Amino acid sequence: MNRRGFVSLLLGGGILGWLGAVLYPIISYLNPPKVPEANVQTVKAGSASDFPKNTAQIVKFGRKPVILIKTNNDEFLAFAATCTHLDCIVQYRGDLKQIWCACHNGLYDLKGRNISGPPPKPLDEYAVNIVEDEIHISEMG
Amino acid sequence: MDTKNPMVRRAYSWIDDRFHVTPLVEFMRHKYVPVHRHTVWYYMGGVSLFLFISQVVSGILLVLYYQADEDSAYESVRFLTTKVKFGWLIRGVHSWSANLMVFFVFVHMFSTFFTRAYRKPRELSWVTGFVLLALAMGFGFTGYLLPWNELAFFATKVGTDIAGAVPFIGEPMKIVLRGGEDVTGATLSRFYAIHIAILPAIFTVLLSLHLLFIQRQGMHEPQYLKRLPAEKKQMMAFFPNFLLRDVLLWLIVLNVVLALAVFFPWELGEKADPFAPAPAGIKPEWYFMFMFQSLKMLPAHVLFMEGEVLGILFFGLAGLAWMLVPFWDIKKKSGSKLDVMTGFGVIALLFIVVMTVLGYLL
Ligand code: FES
Repeated sequence: MNRRGFVSLLLGGGILGWLGAVLYPIISYLNPPKVPEANVQTVKAGSASDFPKNTAQIVKFGRKPVILIKTNNDEFLAFAATCTHLDCIVQYRGDLKQIWCACHNGLYDLKGRNISGPPPKPLDEYAVNIVEDEIHISEMG
Repeated sequence: MDTKNPMVRRAYSWIDDRFHVTPLVEFMRHKYVPVHRHTVWYYMGGVSLFLFISQVVSGILLVLYYQADEDSAYESVRFLTTKVKFGWLIRGVHSWSANLMVFFVFVHMFSTFFTRAYRKPRELSWVTGFVLLALAMGFGFTGYLLPWNELAFFATKVGTDIAGAVPFIGEPMKIVLRGGEDVTGATLSRFYAIHIAILPAIFTVLLSLHLLFIQRQGMHEPQYLKRLPAEKKQMMAFFPNFLLRDVLLWLIVLNVVLALAVFFPWELGEKADPFAPAPAGIKPEWYFMFMFQSLKMLPAHVLFMEGEVLGILFFGLAGLAWMLVPFWDIKKKSGSKLDVMTGFGVIALLFIVVMTVLGYLL
């Protein structure tokens, strides 16, 4: 390598190194730090007997929305309320007895299975226990 | 200078002594705009520029009251539109001129395409113009969220989730855009920063280049006009004739914007609640509708790929090809009736129109 080549290499390398030193911190800065999952195991969702039949409510489970449904036979069901399609929040349709996502007309049955529309996956189920008339929602398993 | 007023003369020569503006004035004086049956399209870029200026002015005014915060964004916009004097007007002008701007940029682009104005030597005007359109859509997407209402909240969730489906870079891109896993107050801060600082900075640079190119090269003349001898061509002086027409048109556009803002005030809707079911009728702004509708119509799986991924790849490649049109342009064979490029343009235009209409009907 001649002298000129060597100097170009040195300069080029220097510029690359400089670019890296500027860009790396900026790119890392743009990437938000992970906020630790709120460690929630169980949430209480009010009185079981006051909950109207054939309706549902969105309950905060840590930072996640969970849909809590009371069926006509007084059974409680809970699912992750975030649609598996594109993130919208689902709602319960008393007339259909199904879970409906208004965004693109996705439907899930009362087992959380995606039965029509675009959703690709079922909704995760949560366990519901009634302890002295108090609704407790907890993660499955 | 041919003014008689001694004050003006003195001022002019003071400036000219220091900055040598005479060549510039000469340049302006010799700038002509060709007059022919496609001259009307020359005004589309100017109208877009005017609407952009309205955006800047109304946007700066909005910033004075707006608060980019999960708990107060919606309230600050409501305060602005109900309590602040003429707040409703400023917001209406901002929203309406934004939409009109995107519309006119599309018209400007297609007229440039169909008159082949992107050909040598104007390749880079086309490329910068395309990037400006993409940035304008970025303005629209980020601005849509800022009032923090239900529709915007869920549309942003859906939009960023679609971005997340891009192979490889999608997931990190989504996190960076959202400022976390979900659409939250962090997303609002980011979108605000993108909307009022990052995009305007990039946009200004590209817009200056775009305008500079046009000033350097002058207006494009259609093929048939180029072949005419100089004395047969009709020309109009840029200054003052064309400029005055431009300004007149701008006045008309301003009136239209004001009328729209007065008679069709922009709605604010319900405040976003991250723990409430999505309402029916979530839709993106109209200029995203064609892409959104196509994605919706794709089946969940095409061969080995997810339908959505395929759609995104398609739009990515189509956008790239469109941006690079001047570099793969197919010239019409002499004597042949068929013009391939016109065909492409018509297909693209029809696709956009049909999909947009379907998006609102279905
Ligand atoms: S987000 Fe639920 S159906 Fe699309």
